[in-house]
Amino acid sequence: MNIASIFLPTIVLIIIIYALYKKVDILKAFIKGAKEGYQTALSLFPTILIMMLAVNIFTKSNILTDLFNNIKTIFNISKFPIEVMPLAFLKPISGSTSLVLLNDILNTYHPDSYIGILSSIIAGSTDTTIYIIATYYGSIGIKKTSSSLKVGLLTDLFTVIIALIITYLLFQ
Amino acid sequence: MVNYIFVFLISIGIFYGFITGNTIAINNEILNVGEYSLNIILKLFPIMCLWLGLMNIASQSGLLDIIAKKFSKILKYIFKEIPENHEVMGLISLNIVMNMVGLGNAATPIGLKAIKSLNELNKNKDTPSKSMQTFLILNTTGLTIVPTSILALRMSSGSTNPSIILPACIITTILSTVTGLIINYLFNKKRGNL
Repeated sequence: MNIASIFLPTIVLIIIIYALYKKVDILKAFIKGAKEGYQTALSLFPTILIMMLAVNIFTKSNILTDLFNNIKTIFNISKFPIEVMPLAFLKPISGSTSLVLLNDILNTYHPDSYIGILSSIIAGSTDTTIYIIATYYGSIGIKKTSSSLKVGLLTDLFTVIIALIITYLLFQ
Repeated sequence: MVNYIFVFLISIGIFYGFITGNTIAINNEILNVGEYSLNIILKLFPIMCLWLGLMNIASQSGLLDIIAKKFSKILKYIFKEIPENHEVMGLISLNIVMNMVGLGNAATPIGLKAIKSLNELNKNKDTPSKSMQTFLILNTTGLTIVPTSILALRMSSGSTNPSIILPACIITTILSTVTGLIINYLFNKKRGNL
């Protein structure tokens, strides 16, 4: 029994018991809310479609990995862990692709190696900025997304720098 | 601006594919993207229904209001626009907590519901309000205490100590969220939106 597996059932239980105590028509309330769920899910489809098109074409072209492989040969002398850079760039764009990339890194350099630890920390401490902004704003038809995007991507850049420093301090 | 990013990603990808002769992969990607996207929606669909159903129960029983009241004390400092003890505070805090413990699946529907409620408070429906921007930054910085999928990957690739990254992750994620909130604050200030 781990903590994560206690959390979810507890929440469900609290919601149901409290509603029973407050004499809410649980079934009716659930169905009404759930109906709202499929409207939202359906309305997200066009956004996700165009996003997947862009992200998949970009990642399948291999431009990012090729680019950093070339840079690696130039910067080979410096101690900078250039291997994690494709991950740092992909993480804000695509969650599933960056998980695949992280898996590759962990299998190539051992997960407990410096690069393995650094890339786990980078992947674990940010989220897919562009996906979140596109879906959240897309679901309610907000068009002026640029300031959130700038703030989000700038923060992602800082997060990578923070991760580099923290990993250096704790694991070097 | 999302428009430009899409145009950039698509055109760079296709041009680079032409240069390197990697056209088959990109061709297949265009053919199959509909199916991939539909799979995402199909996965999202039942989770959305489940959690929005449960959230509606919590909303009608007043449980969300109670959670909102508890968390308002902390959250009111970063969400100044939201009326005190408004139900959306309950949704926002649940979204944050779910993300923290690594339940991103459940966090997304609640987050989408929260942004919808925030939009109802929004005066200009074209432009996101300050609280909507703040809420999105909290999500994009991914305040996660237990990054479940990363831990699973580390375990499966043979780590002797998968959770060795946790302290560093927690420090990084907290610093990252604080940085995001500061940058967001500075951006709003610069636009004279404060």
